[in-house]
Amino acid sequence: MADDTPDQTQLLIVGAGPGGYAAAFRAADLGLSVTLVYDDDRVGGVCLLRGCIPSKALLEITELKLLAREAASRGLSFGDPELDLSRMRDWKDEVVHQLVGGLEGLMKRRNIDVIPARARFRSSNEVILDDGGNGGERRLGFDRAIIATGSHPQPLPDIAFSERILDSSGALALGDVPERLLVIGGGYVGLELGSVYAALGSAVTLVEMTDALLPTADPDLVEPLAEQVGERFDAVHLGVSVTGLREDDGRVEAAFDGDEPPASTSYDRVLIAIGRRPNLDGLGLEDTEVEIDADGSITVDEARRTTDPNIYAVGDVTGGQQLAHEAFHEGIVAAEAIAGRPAAFDARAVPAVVYTDPQLAWCGLSEQDAAAQEREVEIVRFPWRASGRALTLGSDRGMTKLVTEPGTGRLLGVGIVGRRAESLITEGVLAVEMGAVLEDLARSIAPHPTLSETLHEAAQLGIGSPLHLPPKG
Amino acid sequence: MARQFTFADPGEGIHEAEVVEVNVSPGDHVEEGDPVLVVETDKAETELPSPYTGQVQDIPVSEGDTVEVDDVLVVFADDDDEAPADGDEATERDTTDGDGEPGEMAEAGAARTTAEAEDAPTEPEGTDEDDEDAEDDDEGGKAAAVGELPTEEPHAEHPSDERPEPGSERAGSAGGPVPASPATRRLARERGIDLTRIEGSGPHGRVTSQDVEDAAEQEPDTRDDEGARPQRDEGARPQRDERAPERPELPDFEQWGPIERVRLRSIRRTTARRVAVSWREIPQVTHHDVVDVTALERWRREHSAQVEDAGGELSLMVLVTKALAGVLSRHPRFNASLDLDAEEIVLKHHYHIGLAVDTDDGLIVPVIRDVDRKPLIGLATEISGLIGRVRAREVQGEELTGGTFTVTNVGPLGGDGFTPLIRHPEVAILGMGQARLEQVVTGDLDAHRTVVQLRLPLSLTYDHRVVDGADAARFIGDLGSAIADPGALLLNT
Repeated sequence: MADDTPDQTQLLIVGAGPGGYAAAFRAADLGLSVTLVYDDDRVGGVCLLRGCIPSKALLEITELKLLAREAASRGLSFGDPELDLSRMRDWKDEVVHQLVGGLEGLMKRRNIDVIPARARFRSSNEVILDDGGNGGERRLGFDRAIIATGSHPQPLPDIAFSERILDSSGALALGDVPERLLVIGGGYVGLELGSVYAALGSAVTLVEMTDALLPTADPDLVEPLAEQVGERFDAVHLGVSVTGLREDDGRVEAAFDGDEPPASTSYDRVLIAIGRRPNLDGLGLEDTEVEIDADGSITVDEARRTTDPNIYAVGDVTGGQQLAHEAFHEGIVAAEAIAGRPAAFDARAVPAVVYTDPQLAWCGLSEQDAAAQEREVEIVRFPWRASGRALTLGSDRGMTKLVTEPGTGRLLGVGIVGRRAESLITEGVLAVEMGAVLEDLARSIAPHPTLSETLHEAAQLGIGSPLHLPPKG
Repeated sequence: MARQFTFADPGEGIHEAEVVEVNVSPGDHVEEGDPVLVVETDKAETELPSPYTGQVQDIPVSEGDTVEVDDVLVVFADDDDEAPADGDEATERDTTDGDGEPGEMAEAGAARTTAEAEDAPTEPEGTDEDDEDAEDDDEGGKAAAVGELPTEEPHAEHPSDERPEPGSERAGSAGGPVPASPATRRLARERGIDLTRIEGSGPHGRVTSQDVEDAAEQEPDTRDDEGARPQRDEGARPQRDERAPERPELPDFEQWGPIERVRLRSIRRTTARRVAVSWREIPQVTHHDVVDVTALERWRREHSAQVEDAGGELSLMVLVTKALAGVLSRHPRFNASLDLDAEEIVLKHHYHIGLAVDTDDGLIVPVIRDVDRKPLIGLATEISGLIGRVRAREVQGEELTGGTFTVTNVGPLGGDGFTPLIRHPEVAILGMGQARLEQVVTGDLDAHRTVVQLRLPLSLTYDHRVVDGADAARFIGDLGSAIADPGALLLNT
């Protein structure tokens, strides 16, 4: 019977987010025949559809509102801003729409076979595709597969997401502007979306279980951000966890545990942003040799190969920092490895960016990581109040920080807090990846006046002779 | 003149070490950097790389010997004594080719486009081509290059204080990654060069692409830990039957009568693989004991209706699982994993207990999270619901991962003891047998009486690398006391 013979593809990719499409594009460019299967409304993954891109669109507009207010003290006043929530939503959706269209075009140009369906592994060489009823189930054989199914927001135990208890996707849908919003989790998602709603007019209360916001970043970099957030949010409570949420008559009643819990327990909306969990359910991995780590993510080696020699995995589903740009590179590595190239994910400086105001970005070795590894490092900090450009931008609370190897001055890590840190960090990434030393940076000329000078002045400070600060003592 | 490789001061106040492995024999040709010995000090086991390239003449030490600083470990032959290196290397390369299964390579190449096949040579081909290129490029070929080596004092260009000790990492970067650009790192992977073994010629010891090319010409493949690195993918093509481990061949069973073959699939196959891993990886011991559950059983019957109303079943296993959370917190090494690479025990401050569930398709182990934080009624309802969903095959993914300890209960089917296998990478598993009424003699030699107790057999299998027999006995003792008094159990957990 013809139906018994499954279709066959050289490379199957499951998931069309950053990891999946990067792998698909690279593999296609290397001459492999690629089938991309995804289970979502459109291609692009969480990043494009319900994550990085829509959140940045909203942050950009809401930051404009804050800047307009600040401008008043510098001699330019606008009237009270008016919110048109539906236009804002439309604009955000237009941005996403345009990018999705672009991706679809690129897939077509590369002759990638794109199939909207749910894939379930049947063996190390075959999946079953289920398109949700239209065409029924069909089998697809593959030589190699890449799992790039991403992650989903982690719920609080025993609490389901709802119209009032939101995950990040729900918050980005921008249904309305709640009067009182409780944000659970002081990571980047909670801070970014909390900032959006605070700027739109919500009274935002943030609770974080640990004793610091953004615990993976160095505390001295977090501090200016924490100060700003403290001013814009209604309240920030550290060391407080939520023990229960109950929906009651249009409100959500929260129960807290901790030394200094919020005074109010009643909110219009709650945003839960306590992390993301790998999407593994229904993949049928038990019928392959793929193994799962103790933390619930897929185990891979540095070429991104799982314990099943035919199956690779990239992106959030393998844990790690769960960043889109990390997934891009993992996807590229997996595609190259499958094409027989000696590829490995060996990045030394994966940048992380928090798009709050001020922005926070860091890469490579942090000061607290060095301390945890008992590794000796030298730290240079350049305060932005000595930067002319920072003052013209009204961003004098920023700081640029270099983590270097004693003796050689080799750059091991860079951290930046302040406006536009998202773009400044890339120079730090390049320096760390290239094995640059302080003098390399100090002797490269930065345009004046720019914020990028802070990196160069920090390096000059590191070798003893900064231009806009007293010499190192 | 013969060169001697002596044992250098490993530092940290250690002056002697035990030789645990000798990887070379007299007559072997070794390259500088090849691991020749493994020694163990009080602090760690260390691989000692050869400081020389040459032929091994004598090895004055053998496995089990204790060596002190300045003892001679390996004597290398006089330069002139060395057999032509070309011959040796040719042999090595032939071996590599043999592993490569040329037929399959050709097939792999044909499956890809021509341009790509050139771009991405499979490993054995690549090695050959590179070697030939190297020989063509440098007129004298290999013999000349190798001939020069012995006259060169290793590291002679270094001032003596900077001279790297044998066994130490390369000079320069202290412990961190070797400074080299991403493109240089890619080149090193392509050429099979281990960056930690290259002396960087760039500023502050940075390794340049030219350094990698030079090293590739001199020593075709410096990677010595192929196993730890990802095996290179030979390209997208099916790879069946290649990983079958060595095992005795099966006879033809049909010669003795009719047979039937059933495919090992799905859960059965997963179980087969996992228990084999457990059996192979974990030196495990089972400790048996029997505990008194008379009072617990009375209490259970008294309260089971209440729990049933809430939608759960108050089984003996639920009570034991609840008690385990407290016992595990007092015996943290049973709620752990062993990280052999890091030589660390990973103690878990969360108590996610796996429950082995017998289903029509085989054994499935769902995980109950944070057992320590859940009240008994909630736990009982969760477990009942979960078991139902497991049997309906509705449980997947997260609910099957993250366990820190496992309970397996064959009691309802009988049995007074068995030896459950640990679920790797956990450290222990508790087996429950069938609780039975038994006559027990209490008291001492002079004053005793016979009572009837409900007694539950327990079998605790533990990873002997992490805990010992005494720990297991204490663990079971503690568990026995915890469940002997249900009132205390509920108060304490």
